[in-house]
Amino acid sequence: MINLTIDRVPVSVEPGTTVLEAARQHGIRIPTLCYLKDINQIGACRMCLIEAKGYRGLQTACTLPCAEGMEVSTNTKDVRETRKLILELLLSDHNISCPTCVRQGNCELLRLSQEAGITDLPIKGELHQSAIDHSSPAISLDATKCVLCQRCVAVCREVQGVSAIGLVNRGFESRVAPFFQAQLNAAACANCGQCTLVCPTGALTERDDTAAVWEALHDPTKHVIVQTAPAIRVAVGETFGLPAGSISTGQMVTGLRRLGFDRVFDTTFTADLTIVEEASELEERLTHGGTLPLITSCSPGWVKYAEHFYPTMLPHLSTCKSPQQMFGALAKTYYAEKYGLDPKDIVSVSIMPCTAKKFEAGRPEMNASGYQDVDHVLTTREFGRMLRQAGVNLKKLPDSEFDSPLGLSTGAGVIFGTTGGVMEAALRTAAEWLTGNQLNGRVKFTEVRGEVRGIKEATVVVGGNVLRVAVANGLAAAARMLEKIQAGEVQYHFVEIMGCPGGCIGGGGQPIPPDGPEELDEVRQARIQSLYTIDEMSTIRRSHENPAVQALYREFLGEPLGEKSHHLLHTHYQVRHPAGVRTGR
Amino acid sequence: MSTCCCGMGVTTDDPRFAELDAFMASVREQPGSLISVLHKAQQLFGFLPEEVESRIAHTMSIPLTDVYGVVTFYNLFNTQPVGKYAISVCMGTACYVRGAGRILDRFAEELGVQAGQVTDDRLFSLEVCRCVGACSLAPVVVVDGEVRQLKEADVPAVVAELRQRSELEALSQPVSARS
Ligand code: SF4
Ligand code: SF4
Ligand code: SF4
Ligand code: FES
Repeated sequence: MINLTIDRVPVSVEPGTTVLEAARQHGIRIPTLCYLKDINQIGACRMCLIEAKGYRGLQTACTLPCAEGMEVSTNTKDVRETRKLILELLLSDHNISCPTCVRQGNCELLRLSQEAGITDLPIKGELHQSAIDHSSPAISLDATKCVLCQRCVAVCREVQGVSAIGLVNRGFESRVAPFFQAQLNAAACANCGQCTLVCPTGALTERDDTAAVWEALHDPTKHVIVQTAPAIRVAVGETFGLPAGSISTGQMVTGLRRLGFDRVFDTTFTADLTIVEEASELEERLTHGGTLPLITSCSPGWVKYAEHFYPTMLPHLSTCKSPQQMFGALAKTYYAEKYGLDPKDIVSVSIMPCTAKKFEAGRPEMNASGYQDVDHVLTTREFGRMLRQAGVNLKKLPDSEFDSPLGLSTGAGVIFGTTGGVMEAALRTAAEWLTGNQLNGRVKFTEVRGEVRGIKEATVVVGGNVLRVAVANGLAAAARMLEKIQAGEVQYHFVEIMGCPGGCIGGGGQPIPPDGPEELDEVRQARIQSLYTIDEMSTIRRSHENPAVQALYREFLGEPLGEKSHHLLHTHYQVRHPAGVRTGR
Repeated sequence: MSTCCCGMGVTTDDPRFAELDAFMASVREQPGSLISVLHKAQQLFGFLPEEVESRIAHTMSIPLTDVYGVVTFYNLFNTQPVGKYAISVCMGTACYVRGAGRILDRFAEELGVQAGQVTDDRLFSLEVCRCVGACSLAPVVVVDGEVRQLKEADVPAVVAELRQRSELEALSQPVSARS
């Protein structure tokens, strides 16, 4: 152990610990802007300056390793004044527009400025004139609010393995942009939105679609329906200051009614349907020698990534659409028929933890109903903003229930929102089908649960069949696994891949933790726990036992993998060539 | 597919890639060899187009955006084709107040290109730069690497001089090397 003092408090830490981490471990908060533990410790912003006795000049705490006998001061006159000056410089080239900025409630630059006691903007400088990149249907990049911390670059490279964006040029001309300054929609961006979760300011955000949804809600000729993904119910509370993982299913449903939606449905219903179709596909591929491993296709960030970087793996992807798109296709066919509605008058909205879902809804092939199947996609954050715009206080709302028939779901559908959940839900159904009986009630497959940002493998024996399965979340982890599969180092039957760390609950459209990205891991765990809690409390925990799904097959679809299912619920993929990317890297 | 000699329209089957690939193979073991690879590539192609940077990123297993970041960080690398003679008008404060803007306009008019562009015959590229540290001479223009103090009226003469220089150089070369 290394012994030192920080603000005269004696502390002892493991060798290799930085002064910043040592301070944090002992409850001393040194302000940071560019720091992201393990993946961005580059000393770029100089917010974390401290004084260390015997060292010349101020030091950046995020890069300075602790040394024996060090005497660190984090709050001297020099430190405070220099930090303030750095912020004043940052603000001198910042498009200060807080009242119209979506990050105004949780902007780190704003918070740091307040904490530094900035009351005046003494430095007047030239302002960046860069245009806002609105090209992507998922992500907006506004360089006029960028502080060049490069946290987005680090996440995109290290956690997602995409490197769609990087730092270009130097000095005043520096900015974050894709390769050859392409627009985001022409770049290798998977639309995952992880960069929007770590951006300290309003520079990287989801594309805002709230205006279009308000317009639909205010149009009396439209029948506006909404579906909510499993991961929303355990996260939307955070936008009202509730602790991470708070379960607010009933209040969320009431809130959506207050906003004016005509019917409030649940994507979890089509998650169950996805499982029935996908388990059938797995059974079919296993018994008829189809392409294995079968890889899940419900995460549109993952799907686009595969289309960019792993085109030869596309035949492995399940042809099942994601639950959002299955819902969209059924809403304007099955639901419309059943209730005598003209599909052209239906506006189908979804609330998703995911920015990539915005892109997915706009794919030209997603029009099985003859219309765009899902009209508008909102993230959890946009949903939270709409509630506030409508003066609805989620915390004070009574509970209510989803509408039927597209609102009935099982515990298996709910855990779709976490890494390992799709696998577990599929195993619950496949196990029963492959063994022909109810497996003595086995519903828990803990062996595939809970690994955030990594890979988890398991061997499951079901009725004499040995199934080798694996789960990956975060695109960099997915790439590691795919390389092994391609090299023949591992053999699996079934693989679950989710594009975001932790799965959908960690999606790029989820609420941003109030104290910044350091809290993300904890927040993800809390949300995951809550999904399992909901599953535990559910009376039905196997997707194929969902009575609404059974009725859907009876009344409308016929059989899993049947002709109607094929047309409405299945899709295909295409190789894409973003600027500069060569596949098979 | 064919490739033209001026460096535009670089295609994946360009023969110069073979030489670049060989160079990358030769420095593979050396850490931090990206800069020397970029130098080599610029020597070969005259500038660093998308196709070339993409090949380098792919071969060296470096993210595309990192390669592009390095290229745009250093002034000596060009992502656009450059002319044989670079004319770079200083837009630093001192030059600007002493009429650099008018000089730039005059060059644009004489050459028929805007700042950041290259003439069709690839003889001239017109650029602007920030202060070159010769404020006492303001307004200055860097003409083919040489800092000169110029007036607006000098512009046609400078252009004519460079055209002539190019012709003389061409004449002094053996016929077979002309293309
Ligand atoms: S990024 Fe922060 S400081 Fe900048 S306009 Fe938005 S809220 Fe204000
Ligand atoms: S959305 Fe994802 S892939 Fe696109 S730039 Fe952001 S982190 Fe990278
Ligand atoms: S876009 Fe956001 S995260 Fe990226 S460098 Fe700029 S401020 Fe930092
Ligand atoms: S947080 Fe240490 S330099 Fe940015």
